[in-house]
Amino acid sequence: MAAVEVKNMSMMFNLNKEKVDNLKEYFIKLVTGKLRFNEFWALRDINLTVEKGDRVGILGFNGAGKSTLLKVIAGVLKPTEGTVKVDGVIAPMLELGAGFDLNYSGKENIFLYGATMGYSRKYIKEKYDEIVEFSELKDFIDVPVKNYSSGMRARLGFAIASAVEPEVLILDEVLSVGDAKFRKKSENKIRSMFDKGVTVLFVSHSVDQVLNICNKAVVLDKGRIIASGSAQEICEQYNDMVKGK
Amino acid sequence: MKWLHNLYRYRYLLYEIVRKNIKLQYRDSVLGILWTFLQPLMTTIILVVVFGNVFGKSNAGIINYPIYLLCGRLLYEFYSQSTKRAMRSIRNSASVIKKVYVPKYIYPIANVISNFVTFLISLSVLLCFIVFFLIVGENPPHITLYALLAPVPVIILFILAVGVGLILSTMDVFFKDTDYLYEVFCLLLFYLTPIFYKVESLGMKNEVFKVMLMANPLYSITEMFRCCVLYGKMFNIHHLLYSFGFSVATVLLGSLVFYKKQDKFILHM
Repeated sequence: MAAVEVKNMSMMFNLNKEKVDNLKEYFIKLVTGKLRFNEFWALRDINLTVEKGDRVGILGFNGAGKSTLLKVIAGVLKPTEGTVKVDGVIAPMLELGAGFDLNYSGKENIFLYGATMGYSRKYIKEKYDEIVEFSELKDFIDVPVKNYSSGMRARLGFAIASAVEPEVLILDEVLSVGDAKFRKKSENKIRSMFDKGVTVLFVSHSVDQVLNICNKAVVLDKGRIIASGSAQEICEQYNDMVKGK
Repeated sequence: MKWLHNLYRYRYLLYEIVRKNIKLQYRDSVLGILWTFLQPLMTTIILVVVFGNVFGKSNAGIINYPIYLLCGRLLYEFYSQSTKRAMRSIRNSASVIKKVYVPKYIYPIANVISNFVTFLISLSVLLCFIVFFLIVGENPPHITLYALLAPVPVIILFILAVGVGLILSTMDVFFKDTDYLYEVFCLLLFYLTPIFYKVESLGMKNEVFKVMLMANPLYSITEMFRCCVLYGKMFNIHHLLYSFGFSVATVLLGSLVFYKKQDKFILHM
């Protein structure tokens, strides 16, 4: 069975011209017939099969639907049409540290974030030392996260998400966190996960990074997959597209 | 079945959020968790003074006014606090829900549970009051074996709070007005629940008010609770059936509404 299987999937959003968020406005608009939505198809008829151990790069311009696709696969968004099947434990790194509570200390947040991803306290306890060491935040681990810099938050988020040994890893531009040293370290960490056969979905604007990490790639444009194949071919094609624009 | 499996998998998250809510509630306050004890104690003393003496006669015919008042206040406070927090829970967790898949019902339920835990701690105030009046011997509460039934109304109230929490949290995502409306509703509920007065002493000339009072499940729940810990007698079986039925129906309705709408939450946050 494939690790990720997306079949005929489409995702539609209702774009209101203005956001209606109180009852009075809603009823006035309903009565006067002004409650119109603009349908916007962020993704259209996506078919994508990712085999176990594949590392797929997702390329495309801003607004092509890359992040939406990852969110649908991660289960955050429910597709309007079609199906998405994921086999195995999935670790979304859509935005590092999104599950943190700012008033909580780094230590407490490790357990909270771990639980958000569905892991037990006991399991996180086993991984705790590894997480702290990797994040290089030993001296700040009892400080509330609100006092962390954004780089520190991202480091902690990355350390937790990568420590739990997922089977499917979703990376949305997260390899650009921290300083050059940490970037190198996180790239190495992800590479070491490849050896264990992890499946990767990787969004990046950097063709070099995709070439570096992925063996396959797809190009999204206006919500459709317009090209897919080996990373080498697709990256060349994408470079031509960039020049053409 | 899938639903249960999911809850089982995310039970740690439920635990962690409950833990977080309790820990953060009193963090940075000097007295910390002691406030769960001190706050009901102090407010009850004020209410006793105000309604027992200043405005007078509210306490006529009540065997022990401080305990009577404390019972009502503790139950009402748990209900209003837990439902208000549950109401805002989905919106407050928007940053997580937008980025990671989590079963969303965990948030309102966890907020009711964390309030339930602090409520259980604050019950120690009630215990102190009971012991105090038993020792002093003036207007002692009738403590009998029926006191063992006290968990029954408490559990019914918990079920009710979960149901209301699910409904409100769903509404709050789509309409922020829910916040303000519910605030007003809670004030109405405060006066519709016999917290500081006794229903029998009202005279009950107004039929509309009477119906509203009887329909309020908090009325039957507080009466049942007082039967257990103050009057020392069996509670009215009609109160039991009504409040239990009402609470279960609320949970069913809440689950249905929440389940139907949860996939749309993210589009409105």
